[in-house]
Amino acid sequence: MATPKKKVSKSRRDMRRSHDALTPNAYQECPNCGELKRPHHVCPKCGQYDGKDVVAQKVAK
Amino acid sequence: MRHGDAHKKFSMPKSQRRALFSNLTGALLTHEQITITLTRAKELRTFADKMITYAKKGDLNSRRLAAGFLRNNEVVSKLFSTLAERYKERNGGYTRVLKSGFRYGDCAPMAVIELVDRDVNAKGAKDLARVAAEKAAAAEAEKTEGEVAENK
Repeated sequence: MATPKKKVSKSRRDMRRSHDALTPNAYQECPNCGELKRPHHVCPKCGQYDGKDVVAQKVAK
Repeated sequence: MRHGDAHKKFSMPKSQRRALFSNLTGALLTHEQITITLTRAKELRTFADKMITYAKKGDLNSRRLAAGFLRNNEVVSKLFSTLAERYKERNGGYTRVLKSGFRYGDCAPMAVIELVDRDVNAKGAKDLARVAAEKAAAAEAEKTEGEVAENK
């Protein structure tokens, strides 16, 4: 079976990983309720979109 | 080349796809707002707009074509009366798709699709009416029960 000839140095290993970083999720404050929400998404807290547009109101039981 | 990629197949044969979108279109036209996956919502726009175009034409042939797809007379009659009237002045673009997070479980991107200028009371109207009727019936039953107890 094919095996590595030499141990990969810390430098080489870290250089390989230089492209592995994850990007953090984008978020913004909802202009209505101030809760953090995803940009271009309906606010999961207050169900508003684009300031006035009320969609999918969650009725608290 | 991405030629001919305008529509998704949803991993199902044409007949199942047609049935799925027939049901989804019916649900959208009844409730005027539904939450489904983003991809389905985007595809559903074409079907919903097509139905409303039939409704605005309003002749017998369009009605039969709409009924053949929707297979639900209740929806067809609503489509050809209220919805045809509502969208008389609008040239296409009868639906709105809003992104609404990711579904728990499979992380599928979800969307709210609604009819533009929707009737807010149309969503779940039947269920709300049924619940109200049940509540009224329960209250009525309690009242008569109380009267019976008093008479004893």
